[in-house]
Amino acid sequence: MSALVETHGLGRSFGGLRAVDDVDFSLPEGEIRAIIGPNGAGKTTFVSLICGRVAPSDGSIRFDGRDITGMPADRRVMAGIAYTFQITSIFANLTVEENVTLAAMRRHVGRAGKRYSPAALCEASLSALGRVGLRDHAGAVAGNLAYGHQRLLEVAMGLALEPRLLVLDEPTQGLSDTEIESFIALVREIGQQATVLLIEHNMPVVMALAEQITVMDQGRIIAEGTPDAIRANAAVQQAYLGAPADG
Amino acid sequence: MAFGPYFFLATLEGLVMAAVLALTALGLSLVFGVMRVVNVAHGEFFMLGAVLAWAVASTISGYPALGFLAALIISPLVVGAVALASERLVLKRVNYNPEATIVATIGILYIIQQLALTFYGPDARPVVAPFDYRIRFPWFGYSAYKLSVIAASAIVLAATWYLLSRTKIGLIMRATQFDAETATAFGIPVDKVYAGVFALGAMLAAVAAVLIVPIQQAHYLMGHDPLLLSFIVVIIGGLGSLRGTIVAALLIGLSDGIISVFFSPTLAKIIATMAVALVLVFRPQGLFGVSAR
Amino acid sequence: MMGLGNLTGRVLILHLAVVALLFALQFLLPAYHHGIMARILVLAVFAMGYNLLFGYTGLLSLGHAMFFSAGLYGAGLTVYHLDWGVPAAFAAGLASGLVLSTVVGFLALRTTGVAFLIVTMMFGQVAYLFTLYFGDWTRGEEGLTLSQAARQLGPLDLTDPTTRYFAALVLFTVVLFVTLALVRAPFGRVLIAIRENEERTRMLGYDTFRNKLGATIGSGVICAASGAAYVLLFGYFGSSFAAVQYSILPLLWVLVGGAATTLGPLLGTVLMFYLVDLSNDLLNSRFPDWDVSYLGIVGVALVLLILFFPKGLLGSVRDRWVRWLP
Repeated sequence: MSALVETHGLGRSFGGLRAVDDVDFSLPEGEIRAIIGPNGAGKTTFVSLICGRVAPSDGSIRFDGRDITGMPADRRVMAGIAYTFQITSIFANLTVEENVTLAAMRRHVGRAGKRYSPAALCEASLSALGRVGLRDHAGAVAGNLAYGHQRLLEVAMGLALEPRLLVLDEPTQGLSDTEIESFIALVREIGQQATVLLIEHNMPVVMALAEQITVMDQGRIIAEGTPDAIRANAAVQQAYLGAPADG
Repeated sequence: MAFGPYFFLATLEGLVMAAVLALTALGLSLVFGVMRVVNVAHGEFFMLGAVLAWAVASTISGYPALGFLAALIISPLVVGAVALASERLVLKRVNYNPEATIVATIGILYIIQQLALTFYGPDARPVVAPFDYRIRFPWFGYSAYKLSVIAASAIVLAATWYLLSRTKIGLIMRATQFDAETATAFGIPVDKVYAGVFALGAMLAAVAAVLIVPIQQAHYLMGHDPLLLSFIVVIIGGLGSLRGTIVAALLIGLSDGIISVFFSPTLAKIIATMAVALVLVFRPQGLFGVSAR
Repeated sequence: MMGLGNLTGRVLILHLAVVALLFALQFLLPAYHHGIMARILVLAVFAMGYNLLFGYTGLLSLGHAMFFSAGLYGAGLTVYHLDWGVPAAFAAGLASGLVLSTVVGFLALRTTGVAFLIVTMMFGQVAYLFTLYFGDWTRGEEGLTLSQAARQLGPLDLTDPTTRYFAALVLFTVVLFVTLALVRAPFGRVLIAIRENEERTRMLGYDTFRNKLGATIGSGVICAASGAAYVLLFGYFGSSFAAVQYSILPLLWVLVGGAATTLGPLLGTVLMFYLVDLSNDLLNSRFPDWDVSYLGIVGVALVLLILFFPKGLLGSVRDRWVRWLP
């Protein structure tokens, strides 16, 4: 399979700190990949580099065979990379439907050959809400939703972008056990159509979802492999699994 | 007069201007630095200081030195009280939200102007200088009072520096400036610090105004230029930096004094304002400041 | 806000009703108020332009007098010095606003928050100083007056009160429906999204700088239209229109009426204009030595609004009762 995302020697410094250091990474199309690692390992910085929220200090990024190292974040979204924030970031004063419509609109409006059709837009928004199970809340003000529902709204916004790569940054943080159950099912379903890159601390979720796991520590990739291989890997145990779980 | 003496005169005038400007701008800078809000009414505290100086000095007529000294004490105190009241009644209630504060201080600006117009009137009025002595240079005589303004400003600046960097009050202010939340956790009454800083900032402007009224008459619309120039100084000097503020005040005061001797003052203002706007666009941390946190 | 398609009917009816009411007022108002209303309609256009940037996009500018005066001087100077006709002069006013807002937008939008506000204020100040510096052409504070002969639009005499009222109403109506269409179109929704959460909007694939630039230019051109109409209809232009006071007034009008509402700017302009006018008359006749000017009233209004009514009249109406209000 060809790689959807590839990085070569990717690095980012903040002051003297190497948050991401010389990372060679490759993610085949259609895979569900989890990135794990202790706090401060550089996971969020690494996916932010892929999404374009943070500019790299060195190295290069390719997406679908194209070099996107210097491409602004908004153009990367149009190219098919969607990002859901680690700290919930929604339009709290707008309704749930308006939130998703803003995402769907980007696919439906202003693109060559496409006419803006309110009906098609509405349809796309409601379908994204339906997939995460928020259709009944479409009219609610987003800021009034329960926390778990706000996380789902984030995912729905990502889905409405119809991405080829969906990046989820700690999506299950703060969710209840039952919410996590249905979330796992949702990501499996998303994985049918899109490539998923997932940062996650909750190991059962990782083991249930990931086809491959990438382990980061101190800005570098220290191991990569199937869940079983990672479980057995001594370096990983020392850096991460051996240490007490840190949420 | 030959070029040399002319330039010397322009430099002296520029220094006087810089002295007054440094005090005014320092007030604005303190408020911005500690409270993270822009006080658009700052120029009106300056104006109020000047108008009150006239009111005090004219009550004690016949003794210029006494009247001036009384003004130098009373005027800043009254201005400080007005600032304190507006802080408690308005700024605190909008939670120091940056944009709401700006709208609110625009309102305060107009209210103070209206009060000055109502009670003081539309005329420009002078305050007699505390002493009238001219220093004789070979080419021209120069008012000793103007030179004493430079000295007085230097003393107040030094005192403020001492307060900020060598006393417990200064430490508390710096802690609040650095991180208001942590300061609260350490038991610092951030709320009271804000009130004090806002009053102190206004008092600095009032002191500057009292110093300037024997040279420039008091008028209810005189707050506009000090406000703009203070903005310019604070931006060039780097927001919230004492040393930067003084350096920038010298730069602006001297160049403004010198440029307006040789060029049209309007053109000088255009160039200065434009330059500062571009500094803010391309180098927001100021020319001397370090990059913002 | 972002209503659904089926709400368009009543929104349209509401706006048409407002225009019809303004049309009817032309026949009902006594001469004095008739003249004031014409002025208010033109200034409400200024407020609507300001609202596009401040209310919908969430960018607080303190330099919008420069866009108003770009239109004012663009139209006024071409009529006065070049003898241009009314349509050409109006176009010159719009073009000045377009150029100025593009340049200012490119520069000022590199900053955010308080810095944006200070930069716009400084550009506004520079524009004001320019009107003074080129006093040979503009006559500075004293200003210039356009003759009646210069203010003819074909068979229409723009100095005639009735014609003037209709001309103002036409401009107002056009701008009202343009803003209504703009804020309900995808562009307007993106502006609101930027106001609510800029980073999220960017990560939904929108070029936020370009959208903000579009809003600045749209806002600048509308304000310039107001300025150009003002000089052509009322025949006077001077530096005071470029002073910082004229940057604060539209902010006040929008705050009173309700930011991010299409009809708020009109409501705010009407209310503040009459409030200043009436309270001036009242206070100055009772207390002639108080020297009450617009200063005190505007000041008190700003402080009270920000303390107790930050969403303005229509903003509060929308929050409490009429959710569909655009």
